[in-house]
Amino acid sequence: MRALAAARTLVAPVALIIAVGLYGHTTSIATQQNFITALVAVTIVIGLYVFMGNSGVISFGQVSFVAVGAYAAGELTIPTGPKHFVLPTLWSFLANHSVANVPSLAIATGVGAVYALAVGLPLMRLSGLSAGIATFAVLEITYNVLTFWDKIAPQSGQTLSLVPTSTGLLQATVGAIIAAIAAVMYQSSRRGRLLRASREDQSAALAVGVNIHRERLIAFTLSGAISGFAGGLLVHQIGSITPSQVYLELTFLSLAMLVVGGVGSLWGAVLGAVIVSLLDSYLLQAENGLSLGLFTLTLPAGAADGILGVAMLAMLILRPRGLTGGHEWDVGFARVRRWRSRKSAPTAAAARPAAGGGGPAAEKTGPEGQPKTTETAS
Amino acid sequence: MLQAIIDSIAVGALYALVAVGLALVFGVMRLINFAYGELITAGAYSLYVTRHLPLVASIVICFVVCVVMALVIERIAFRPLRGAPPATTMIATFAVAFALEALWLIAFTPQGQTADLLSSLNQAAFHIGNLYLRWVTIAELVAGVVLLGGTALILERTTIGLQMRAAAADFRAARLLGVRANRVIRFAFALSGVLAAVVSLLLTVQQPLVTPTFGFEVTILALVGAVFGGIDRLLTATAGGFLIGFISSFLGDELPASLSSFSTSFTFAVVILVLLVRPAGLLAPLGQSSVDRV
Repeated sequence: MRALAAARTLVAPVALIIAVGLYGHTTSIATQQNFITALVAVTIVIGLYVFMGNSGVISFGQVSFVAVGAYAAGELTIPTGPKHFVLPTLWSFLANHSVANVPSLAIATGVGAVYALAVGLPLMRLSGLSAGIATFAVLEITYNVLTFWDKIAPQSGQTLSLVPTSTGLLQATVGAIIAAIAAVMYQSSRRGRLLRASREDQSAALAVGVNIHRERLIAFTLSGAISGFAGGLLVHQIGSITPSQVYLELTFLSLAMLVVGGVGSLWGAVLGAVIVSLLDSYLLQAENGLSLGLFTLTLPAGAADGILGVAMLAMLILRPRGLTGGHEWDVGFARVRRWRSRKSAPTAAAARPAAGGGGPAAEKTGPEGQPKTTETAS
Repeated sequence: MLQAIIDSIAVGALYALVAVGLALVFGVMRLINFAYGELITAGAYSLYVTRHLPLVASIVICFVVCVVMALVIERIAFRPLRGAPPATTMIATFAVAFALEALWLIAFTPQGQTADLLSSLNQAAFHIGNLYLRWVTIAELVAGVVLLGGTALILERTTIGLQMRAAAADFRAARLLGVRANRVIRFAFALSGVLAAVVSLLLTVQQPLVTPTFGFEVTILALVGAVFGGIDRLLTATAGGFLIGFISSFLGDELPASLSSFSTSFTFAVVILVLLVRPAGLLAPLGQSSVDRV
């Protein structure tokens, strides 16, 4: 039953990912990039969700794992010949080795996981606002080191270029699906449930013996692995990377995607990423003139961000708990049953037991089972 | 070395001023306000736009712009979100900042605009040997002490201040007892607007080039500083803001050349270390951290 419930959780996110991939396939080469970008954004936001959604602790640091993943995958796929020429100061191990696309993604995943584990070991003792600021400090340090340490990155923040562009629609789609599967496997496992229990009620979880530090560390490491993997996809999409591309703006945008979608569910993470990313891409395109059939829309430079900001604000005001309210999309009869029982019994409490359909408690997202909000103040 | 200390005090005083405004709003609403920096940017751009007017008029307009904008943002963006999850309100403040930065970009281009009305404050007030103390440093220290003291006085000695503290302690209970929530919050935002105006006046002295991200960058570091010191109390948050500004400026000046580009890393390493030992903030009273730690 548990495997079935996990599979049901996967249906909607994976369907949306595939739909984005397929629809992107029908568009022109230039427009296709918007869809690849959206799928890479989905992978980044799933990485963020695995930690934030399950633990309820805010993190500004997940993009540092995207950054190290991107640099690792990028540097290791540049052929050694040109690499010696463009990156003369690189550490010799990095300079003398070159791997193919898939191994480079595996390495990016590993580097992200190891970095997250090392950082998380001390930092996961924190929660609330101090955790947010400490993870932000990690982001600042990562950015600073990648900009100036020329043994592991180009000199003084220059662009790392000549990276093979192997992330097309197929790779981006498969990558996002892998991330979604990993997220669901974790959140429906014993470990994920223990962490979700601590999110709902920290004191109760401690009282029944949940080792919150360890559970958070596991989620943080998995989140780092997915983020590193997403970084690998990202660098192979654009073919180059600079530290500022994996810094503040991406951090805030990925957080905004997650919150707009709904922090507490994978479905929210995927939906928020797709909507905000596509909106962002099309608005940016409109700054150079976007053909809408009958007329061409041209926005002044900078207007895209302005509209995106206002749109995100409007979505947050209309749906403060996110578009999905932090609920998974429950496919099958359970949805109908819940709707029926809600009609017969107006109280929310009565609706929940009926909505079960055999799914384990943590998966049930009845009205009062809404995930507790991410803590920023404690 | 001594000169570096004096310069760093000036930077620290500026971040302390930003931290006061952030901690004030946080205290009343538990809101991490990323949009606060946009008030500072707005004030700085208003100084640029009114640069041909008499100095006093220019300064008055700067204050009006900041206060009005603080109130408008509160009304449009934050009031509908009252009671929403903290992550949502925090991302909403970021969305506001994002939209406003785009507005600055369209209105004033990405190139910086120069607002140097008070640049005479950059002159040395006096010097001992080759140690120089600039007027702006004195102005910042005075402004820091006066504003912190003034804010504390308002909070401690006036009715509205009492209501603000009551709202900070328990918002619902305060409303039940007849505290007018909207009035209290509006007042807190107006006050933070005043503080932002002072910051933009003093910041443009040190960095006359106003860019769309002018206030945002300062705000982020000040926010880190406020948490570093302890954002729950006005005084500790302000001191934290001062310390972060001081440390980052001092490390930037004094680290050996081979390491100076890594000064940010050292600053934030200090932040992490302090938060690990004192999660509630460096200067927060002992024992407060027990709840926060897992």
